[in-house]
Amino acid sequence: MDEIDKKIINALQNGFPICDAPYRQVAVQLGLTEQELIARLKALLDNGVLTRFGPLYNAEQMGGALTLAAVKAPQQRFDEITEIINSFPEVAHNYARSHELNMWFVIATETPEQIRQTVSAIEQQTGLTVYNMPKNKEYFVNLKLEA
Amino acid sequence: MLDETDRKIIQATQAGLPLTPQPYQAIAEQLGLTADDVMMRLSTMQNSGIIRRIGAVPNHYKLGYRFNGMTVWNIPDEFIDEMGQKVGQLEFVSHCYHRPRHPPEWLYNLFAMVHGKTQEAVDQQIQQISDLLGDYNLGSDVLYSTKILKKTGFRTTARR
Repeated sequence: MDEIDKKIINALQNGFPICDAPYRQVAVQLGLTEQELIARLKALLDNGVLTRFGPLYNAEQMGGALTLAAVKAPQQRFDEITEIINSFPEVAHNYARSHELNMWFVIATETPEQIRQTVSAIEQQTGLTVYNMPKNKEYFVNLKLEA
Repeated sequence: MLDETDRKIIQATQAGLPLTPQPYQAIAEQLGLTADDVMMRLSTMQNSGIIRRIGAVPNHYKLGYRFNGMTVWNIPDEFIDEMGQKVGQLEFVSHCYHRPRHPPEWLYNLFAMVHGKTQEAVDQQIQQISDLLGDYNLGSDVLYSTKILKKTGFRTTARR
């Protein structure tokens, strides 16, 4: 990752134009060619520096439901529990965290009812208690990190 | 509200935008729409907040942000909104939420995510939050992510 990549990552976290040739528009602003921007963006996605590039949808605004949940996965069953939880397509993110509650995951579904179903299915398949923590209120969300 | 065409566009773009010079045109062709229609609908969804933004999501770790802390705080219920607003306004906080407690094991009701390249950087941020909360902070913890076990976009509409 060089300085140009960093410029691209920083610029593209601020939004992306909706127009006929958006890559060209951004490329001009960054002093690049359209081709170079697209090639670098592809490389950043391929090597995992970027996990996504595109519209970031707000699941709740689409009428869907979202929750953050956690389990206490015993160390000797950690991989097995990871596999079970990750196997649910409803689980969008899953992070290992340093705490007794050591696995934290986001469940996204069409309806609140499906959240309940997914939570109980995870409890059933893992034998663990799921600590369900749907947000009561959102104060701020901004996923920008300077490269 | 979203109609079927909006949902098709959402489904077609959940994994990302095409990396071609005219990405909206490419989506339109795939769905049998005009590029103008696709662009107009995306703009509408962006204005109404269904799309938070169009852009790139970096992997924290690969950018050198190895210390990603979920800071959690126990705030008296009557002050949670006031404190949540304040913490959410700190420039280094990427997400800030009020979530339910699970007593007796989990008493924390305010969650704020912080990110740093060094432990010191994150410690400083946490100290700033702590100073801001003052006496309203009845207890806190920080949970560092040690590994990404899964990270995909939301597939909410894809399963319809």
